Amino acid sequence: MSTPSLPHSTPSIARRKFAEALFKIVGLGSLTVAVGTLALLFGALLYQGVGQIDWQFLMSYPSRHAAQAGILPAWVGSTLIMLVTAVVGIPLGVAAAIYLEEYARKTWMTELIEVTVTNLAGVPSIIYGLLALGLFVYILGLGESILVAGLTLALLILPVVIVTTREAIRAIPVEIREAAYGLGATKWQTVSHHVLPYSAAGILTGIILALSRAIGETAPIVTIGALTFIAFLPPAPFTTQPPYISFDWLLSPFTIMPIQMFGWVSRPGEDFAGNAAAAGVLLVGMTLTMNGLAIYLRYRMRKQVSW
Amino acid sequence: MDVANSTHPQEWPTPLKAETRALSFSYGNRLALKNLSLPIAEYQITALIGPSGCGKSTFLRCFNRMHDLYAGNRYEGEILLYPDQRNILAREVDPIEVRMRIAMVFQKPNPFPKSIYDNVAYGLRVRGTSERQLLDEKVEQALRSAALWEEVKDRLTARATSLSGGQQQRLCIARALATDPELLLLDEPTSALDPIATASIEELLLDLKSRVTILIVTHNMQQAARVSDWTAFMYLGELVEFGLTKQLFTTPSKKQTEDYITGRFG
Repeated sequence: MSTPSLPHSTPSIARRKFAEALFKIVGLGSLTVAVGTLALLFGALLYQGVGQIDWQFLMSYPSRHAAQAGILPAWVGSTLIMLVTAVVGIPLGVAAAIYLEEYARKTWMTELIEVTVTNLAGVPSIIYGLLALGLFVYILGLGESILVAGLTLALLILPVVIVTTREAIRAIPVEIREAAYGLGATKWQTVSHHVLPYSAAGILTGIILALSRAIGETAPIVTIGALTFIAFLPPAPFTTQPPYISFDWLLSPFTIMPIQMFGWVSRPGEDFAGNAAAAGVLLVGMTLTMNGLAIYLRYRMRKQVSW
Repeated sequence: MDVANSTHPQEWPTPLKAETRALSFSYGNRLALKNLSLPIAEYQITALIGPSGCGKSTFLRCFNRMHDLYAGNRYEGEILLYPDQRNILAREVDPIEVRMRIAMVFQKPNPFPKSIYDNVAYGLRVRGTSERQLLDEKVEQALRSAALWEEVKDRLTARATSLSGGQQQRLCIARALATDPELLLLDEPTSALDPIATASIEELLLDLKSRVTILIVTHNMQQAARVSDWTAFMYLGELVEFGLTKQLFTTPSKKQTEDYITGRFG
């Protein structure tokens, strides 16, 4: 009686190695296409735009002459809007997440809210623009202002902030919470002394990524009626007369970087295309700076908190 | 089940620090503890033993109302805390009040990722104590009680998580002691530690019992035999036998207890 012999192993190895090599090639190819396209796009943008970026470009108003045109109102507008978005969106989102995660009793209502919030993160941004146009511009009568744009983007980042904050909070081991409660801490003491500080790195990362997404948003801002050509700055937040601080800028018309960029792209002529590329480089630079900050903060705070 | 009449009626500890009366507990619909009546002798060590899943940790966590943190849990019966005979399970008793009188040390060392000092001082700080001198004094006292002072006195601002596992657990004990609790709960405090760290914790517990009543859950029967004065054997959510440790380990009155302590099951 003989047992069936196993096939000779060498050809089998060769066959399996061939499959492996094949996959390596396919994988490498995919990576090249993906990264290569991106690099090419960004390279072209840099090549076309970086030469245009100088002090004059940063500090000038748009102009009919490409060489004199600048993006001062656009980056000021984008910065101020981000400020409003951050001031409104971050506290709301973080507080909502803490409530959902630590305070709310787990009922079908909270389940429903959770699912809804997660889904809201995927709603196309123009829908937020329509909502804002109806609510802020028409019903509340806030006009086509920096305030409305900031509130709109705050709504847009809210679900992302809530979801990432909840994830960061949930990563805190239950043992740490029980240790705090076991010593007689109240819920708020546990949250403010432990849960929030230990999850700050994750929360901050989520916030910055949400803001860096918001800074490039165009559709909702166009929907609420941003200007495409603007030759003035919003009123300064500081004045020479008491109370030395003014919030008039909140109600000022504005434009933002991506809209300015689009305005130039749609013009005929090489020169304006260069301006558009330069604005693009700056916009990408702003986003990358924010992402870099997120990575740095996460790295620093991870080092501080370990269990 | 009426322990007083069924097992070792002559050995009923006095004076008592606490007592459970007909304590039942359920997680949602699942009954985890069935009608437990158990005395906790003052300034003595009471050990809870039994196979995994018998409910000993669940029982321990009733004492500082840890189950209140999660929805759907229900207590029945009473836990009386002496001398004032306060039923700490009563609806009108705030769990925070209970946790201020009864401290707990967990299975896995769980120091906060803060400094050693801040860990020990935390229980006092949540009570609103901020006077530096008092905190310094209490922190030192607690660390001495937990036999950790000599090792950490020069680095009180170092991160607690930089300590070894055994040191971390002693830090957790110090943190629990800093608020002068009346009863100290320990939930398998040495199960994550090596034998040397375990021995030092056991030694520590024997030192501590002159100052605080101790209730300890352990899966290690030798540990129960070494450190405790009284032992309760639990099985499937019920109290099978309670008695003086040396009696329970040498002449158990129930077949189940005997089978468990001789290693026939569990």
